[in-house]
Amino acid sequence: MIKFDGVTKRYPGGFEALKNVSFEIAQGELAFITGHSGAGKSTLLKLAAAIERPTTGSVIIKGQNVGKIRQSGLPYVRRNFGLIFQDHKLLYDRNVYDNVALPLSIVGVTGREAGKRIRAALDKVGLLPREKAAPITLSGGEQQRLAIARAIVSRPSILLADEPTGNLDENYARDIIELFKSFHQVGVTVIIATHDARGIARQGEQILSLQHGVLA
Amino acid sequence: MIYHWLRSHWHAFILVLKKLRHAPVANLLMAAVIGATLSLPAGLYLLADNIRQAAGDITIEPQISLFLSLNATDGAVKALDQRLKENHGIKDFNFVSKETAWQEMQRNSTVADTGLEKNPLPDAFVIHPKDTEPQAVDKLQKELSELPNVEHTLLDAEWVKRLYVLLQMSTKAVVILTSLLGFALVAIVGNTIRLQILTQREEIEVSRLIGATDRYIRRPFLHAGLLHGFAGGLMAWLFVYIALYIFNASVQDLALLYSADFLLHMLGGQASLILLGGAAGLGWLGALLAVNRSLAELKAVAKR
Repeated sequence: MIKFDGVTKRYPGGFEALKNVSFEIAQGELAFITGHSGAGKSTLLKLAAAIERPTTGSVIIKGQNVGKIRQSGLPYVRRNFGLIFQDHKLLYDRNVYDNVALPLSIVGVTGREAGKRIRAALDKVGLLPREKAAPITLSGGEQQRLAIARAIVSRPSILLADEPTGNLDENYARDIIELFKSFHQVGVTVIIATHDARGIARQGEQILSLQHGVLA
Repeated sequence: MIYHWLRSHWHAFILVLKKLRHAPVANLLMAAVIGATLSLPAGLYLLADNIRQAAGDITIEPQISLFLSLNATDGAVKALDQRLKENHGIKDFNFVSKETAWQEMQRNSTVADTGLEKNPLPDAFVIHPKDTEPQAVDKLQKELSELPNVEHTLLDAEWVKRLYVLLQMSTKAVVILTSLLGFALVAIVGNTIRLQILTQREEIEVSRLIGATDRYIRRPFLHAGLLHGFAGGLMAWLFVYIALYIFNASVQDLALLYSADFLLHMLGGQASLILLGGAAGLGWLGALLAVNRSLAELKAVAKR
C-alpha cells in the first residue's frame, strides 16, 4: 500500500527531517508512528500523503512512485487519503455539514448522494445532531471528530492522522483511538502519528518509532 | 464526461451566486465602477456611429472635374472619351464643352460683367467615381490626371474626405480607449478576485491538501470574474442608454429647428453583445491572472 525506500527529506536551509527511512505498510494494516515532537512524524505523514516529495529515495503509494508523478497528477493520488491534521484545519466560515461536504465537492459528488454520505459520516462520529452548528462552538473533542468525519466522508482507503489525541483527556483519547480501530476493522488502512503511546494497545500493530528523523 | 463538466461548472456557478448575494452593495458598486469605465468607450463608439450614419444619409458624391488643355483637338477629346468609357472605376461622366461652359458663364450676370470677349474656358469632363472611399477616389484622380491632354483635375467634396478622416480618428480613439479601459477592467476585477482569494485562503489550502485540482480551485473565481465583468457590461449599457435618453431630448429640439427628424440611436444588437461579451471575457481574464498568481504564491509557500 505504502512503501518508503531509503527516503530522505531535506528542507531548504539544509535541515534533514527524515534520514534514509524505509518501511512498508500493507493494505488494511493499523500502524502507529511514534516519537518526540520534532522527530519527523509530520514530515513522514506529508510524504506518505503525497503532499510533499522526497529529496532522495522513493515513496510508492498504491504502486505509484510519488516522486515521478507530474504535479498535475498529485491531487488524484491525494484522493486516496483521508487526512486528519494536527491543527484540524476546519473551515470556520461554514457550518459542520458544509465542512464535511468539501471533500465530496472536490471529487464532484453533490446533491442528494452527497447529503446521504455527509450524514452517514457525521453519524459515525456522533455529530449528526450538530450538523448546523458552527465549528467554533464545538469542543476540542468535537472538533477532532468533525475533522475525522471530513476525512472519512469520501471513503478513502487510507486514513492518516497527525496527533489525533494530542490535546484530549484520556477518556476522549481512548474514544478516538477506538473510532480509528473501527475503521481499521472494516478494512481501511490507518496510520496514526502520536507522541505519546498511551492509547496504543499493542496487538501486533506495526509501530514505527522515529528519533531525529531516523527509524529506530 | 460533458455532463460531469457542466454539472461541476453549474455547482461552482451557484456557489458564486450565493457568495455574491452576501455582499449586494459591494458587488453593485463594483459593477457600477466597471460600468462607468466601460461606458466611456461605448459612448464614444455610439457617438461616432451616429455621426457616421448621419453622414451616410447625406448623399453628396465626390466629383472629379477634368480640365483639358486649351489646344486639345476634337480627336483628342474623342480619344479621351473612349478612355473614360473603358475605365472601370468610373460610374458615369459627362462632357462639358468649352462653348457650353462659356454660355453658362455668360448667363451668370456677375461673371458676365468681367468684360471677357474671348472664351478662356477649356473643355471639361465631370466624373463620378464608382467607389466613393477617399483612397479610391484619390487613386482615380491621380490616374486621370496622367491622361494625355488633361491639364488639371479638381476633386470636389473635400469635406467628405475630411469627415472620413475624422471618423477614422474616432474609430482609433475608440480602439485606444477600449484597450486602456479594458486593461483597467482586468486590473479591477483581478484585484477584487485577489482579495476574495485572500479571504478564502484557508479553504484553498485545505482543498489542495485533500486532493483538489488547480482547475477545481480556479473555477469559482473564474465564474466570479465572468459575472463581475458581465454585470459591469450591463451597467455600462445602462449608463450609455440613460445618457442617450437625456441627450435625445435636446437633439429632438435641435432637429425640430432644422425641421428634420433626427434622433441618436442606441447601440445595436451586435454592438451590445460585443460590449457584454467583451466585459465578461475581460472579467474572466482578470480573475484568471489573479488566481494563477495566487496559486503560484501558495505553492511557493507550501514548498518552503
